[in-house]
Amino acid sequence: MTSTSLPALEVVDIHKRYGDHEVLKGIDLTARDGDVISIIGSSGSGKSTFLRCINLLEQPSRGEIRLRGETLALRPDRHGELQAADRRQLERMRARIGFVFQNFNLWPHMTILDNLTLAPMRVAGLDRKAATERAEALLVKVGLQDKRKAYPGHLSGGQQQRVAIARTLAMEPEVLLFDEPTSALDPELVNEVLGVMRALAEEGRTMLIVTHEMRFARDVSTQVMFLHQGRVEEFGPPARVFSEPESARCREFLSSHL
Amino acid sequence: MDLHGFGHLLLAGTWVTLQLAFASLLCGLVLGLVGAAAALSPFAPLRWLALGYNTLMRGIPELLLVLVIYFGATHVIEWMTGDYIDVDPFTAGVAALSIAFGAYATEVFRSAMQEIPAGQREAALAIGLGRGDTFFRILLPQVWRIALPGLGNLFLVLLKDTALVSVIGLDDLMRQAYVAAGFTKLPFTFYLAAAGIYLALTIVSMQTIQRLERWANRGYRGARA
Repeated sequence: MTSTSLPALEVVDIHKRYGDHEVLKGIDLTARDGDVISIIGSSGSGKSTFLRCINLLEQPSRGEIRLRGETLALRPDRHGELQAADRRQLERMRARIGFVFQNFNLWPHMTILDNLTLAPMRVAGLDRKAATERAEALLVKVGLQDKRKAYPGHLSGGQQQRVAIARTLAMEPEVLLFDEPTSALDPELVNEVLGVMRALAEEGRTMLIVTHEMRFARDVSTQVMFLHQGRVEEFGPPARVFSEPESARCREFLSSHL
Repeated sequence: MDLHGFGHLLLAGTWVTLQLAFASLLCGLVLGLVGAAAALSPFAPLRWLALGYNTLMRGIPELLLVLVIYFGATHVIEWMTGDYIDVDPFTAGVAALSIAFGAYATEVFRSAMQEIPAGQREAALAIGLGRGDTFFRILLPQVWRIALPGLGNLFLVLLKDTALVSVIGLDDLMRQAYVAAGFTKLPFTFYLAAAGIYLALTIVSMQTIQRLERWANRGYRGARA
């Protein structure tokens, strides 16, 4: 199996600058199959920017992105930021990287079922029947099978985020990126979303999670990455990072967030 | 109301008016979308072009635009191709009305497009949808919803602006009423009849627009904040 030799995702030396301000100062990350890597840090540490650079929602200024050994071809635009050299390749790779947003970003003019079947039909080439079957199985999985005909606006935030996760899963991605998936939720709705994510981790999915939920990160992650001012300050298994962090900044951060 | 046998003329004129209005609506919507895309383009010359179109076309009375296009287009075509081609009043009318409609629609579309949260586009791109699908399946349907009330309003104005084209001899409702009034010496009767027809068309349009708005809002009614 290739998966034993090639990591699911490799990100090498990612830099990102806005004008004179460098928000990411060279970040590396390798995710092997089944890795659940939590990315923590205070706001402004660059963690969301880093995640968004991986599928080019944000253009990195430097760096490399490899998905199962395939390097995303990049070339600098006239502002010196990197963009995909081959749009088709970018679209293919994005289809293999799931992304879950803080604000869900479900498409409000489509039913839940249509939200889940659009990309499988238009991007993965499934016919409507196969896409619908896949979508319905995923809605069962996130506990929302009775909402298939509803519109996003009629769902609670927690339900919307579960649908958004199902929409991402419908593409059967190799890696899942979560950008603060519970930060926009009312406190009582956080757990239903974390429950779905926990189940995904237990299935052995490869996940990168930017989060403020420290207890969740400690329980679920295989590794934790602490970012500070655009650099990796601490990286390791949660047992070590949470109990005996080497970096003073990480210690400080954890003491105020646990 | 006794129309002295001119009723069928008014009906024929109504048909022409409707054709003119819908043809202009269609072309105007396309111009408006293209204009909005240009206005929001990262490419500066396109933005200037959109601004120029907008300023110029909204700054000229529509009646003047009709006249300029009707009498000017022939010259322009002759100058460009060397052929003398008569521009018929209908084509000139559609051109003038859709150019004007398009300029106003550009503004409606532009502000509607800016109201769509960036996350909508990002969600589409992140899942691997191409640019075409992202625009036509994700953004445009949402733009419609926001733009519909404004566009509906513009259409009601357009419907009545079609009467301007009667000055270049198109046999629309306005001109037929004028002709009938002249023949029968009953101006009040025929202008009143024409007014009634314009009003009826407007009422039907308003109802259709309302129905379209309801349809476009189907997923939003009773939605949680």
